Amino acid sequence: MSEGPVPEPTPETRPFWEGTAVGELRIQRCNVCEKFYFYPRPYCPTCLSEDVEWRAVSGRGSLASYNINYRPMPMFKTDQPQVIALVELDEGVRLMSNIVGVEPVPEKLPLGLRLTVGFEPRGDQFLPVFSPAADGEGE
Amino acid sequence: MTTQSMHGGNVAIVGASETDRIGALPDVSMIHLHTNAARRAIADAGIDKSEIDGVATAGPTPIEVADQLGIRPRWVDGTMIGGCSFMALVRHAAAAIASRAASVVLVTHGESGRSRVGVPGYGRAASSISGQFEAPYGALAPYSSFTTPVLAFMKARGFTREDLAEVVVSQRLWAIPNERASRRDPIDVEGVLAAAPIAYPFTKDMCCVVTDAGGALVVTSAERARDLPSADRAVYLLGSGEGTESVIVSQMDQLDSFGPFRRGAQEAFQTAGLSHDDIDHVMFYDAFAHLPLYMLEDTGFVGKGESAAFFKEGHTRPGGDLPINTQGGGLSYTHSGMYGMFAIQEAVRQLRGEAVVQVPDVKTSFVQGVGMMFGAGGSLVLSNQRG
Repeated sequence: MSEGPVPEPTPETRPFWEGTAVGELRIQRCNVCEKFYFYPRPYCPTCLSEDVEWRAVSGRGSLASYNINYRPMPMFKTDQPQVIALVELDEGVRLMSNIVGVEPVPEKLPLGLRLTVGFEPRGDQFLPVFSPAADGEGE
Repeated sequence: MTTQSMHGGNVAIVGASETDRIGALPDVSMIHLHTNAARRAIADAGIDKSEIDGVATAGPTPIEVADQLGIRPRWVDGTMIGGCSFMALVRHAAAAIASRAASVVLVTHGESGRSRVGVPGYGRAASSISGQFEAPYGALAPYSSFTTPVLAFMKARGFTREDLAEVVVSQRLWAIPNERASRRDPIDVEGVLAAAPIAYPFTKDMCCVVTDAGGALVVTSAERARDLPSADRAVYLLGSGEGTESVIVSQMDQLDSFGPFRRGAQEAFQTAGLSHDDIDHVMFYDAFAHLPLYMLEDTGFVGKGESAAFFKEGHTRPGGDLPINTQGGGLSYTHSGMYGMFAIQEAVRQLRGEAVVQVPDVKTSFVQGVGMMFGAGGSLVLSNQRG
């Protein structure tokens, strides 16, 4: 269990958080534009169609950008640096997450690093977090 | 349909002032940073309070700002788009004045950013988009969220941490002679890089100071400005632009460029009828050292990838051909939380010839703001000539 702010689902975002609770990363896709989008909305932000669906995605992506936060806010109850990252999923959407399972130093975090999702309990929710993919995985 | 009635020098800033003191002010509540600056700006304009019929602010409601000052306005604007709200509010005030929905507009800012006296609790709802999709990962403070796209930007441009440090070094040179500035010690690139790490790749000196401060502006028509005691110090709005992008930083349309900078600046230059070569002085909202680099490129003063060299070569320093952030900026002068007001204040001082470190012969100033951590932008072209 990691300490920190607990996300509070709304009716429109609940399927995302129901997914993380069962180990799935669910992202919405517009059936008209045939494109995934994020963050959750009950319609496509490009064409405004309501013909959208939730899909479990691969959970694979790459490291687009990040900072290493040496001063986590007190509610995280940690003095360990946080890698606050922007992850580009292979399905074409970008989301913020933490990179875990790797030493939080720039040398271990080249941009483009291949990542896979995992799920970490936080309060009554599960957060999607990412760690470096095993060699070749997802290439 | 043109926007010429609100631009082109038809509307003027006739009063401008910061709070009497800036820095650490544990003896002043947030709202009275507004009222202190407001009373000083009204006096600076030489206008009677009874003429003020418009009030605009971001943070507290314009109801409270007006009421605290005993004003009963017929026009208000509480547009809250973060630190560039004040660029937008000047623009909105100009539109209101041009359409005669208001005659004299007071724009106020005040934040007890450091001492946090009389401020609403910090934080955001756990059910908001940022509360669900960014805050849980640590992106709560500006230093841990506004900074997330920068490595992608640096990689795309081939920039280094030294390039970020050069921005700090250039701006510090402006702050050193300025007694109101928070950080005045000389510093070099090595010194910036050796400062305490905050959020890689940023060190302490690459992050803005955190202060208590306020500022206010009085805006009216050029016709009314002509008859005020402050007439020869009027600063005219030649052009402006504004815009927004995503509510969370991870959803920027592009990590290495910000649409509201590009589009807002383009509209500001277009409405002003000026080109970049016509600009004598620039204020870029610099909560962090990467922002002047993004802005220099996105607003079109230099090409893609040329911003770092531009700072390093000294163009933006005292004596340079494009002075930028001439009171030291948010990085060295002051930063209360929503810095935009202070960028406008320095542009006004430079155009009036009243700056602490005065640039010779300034006739035009370009001001670019940013708000809500790559959420919004606001651009102004100001001049001491009506155009």
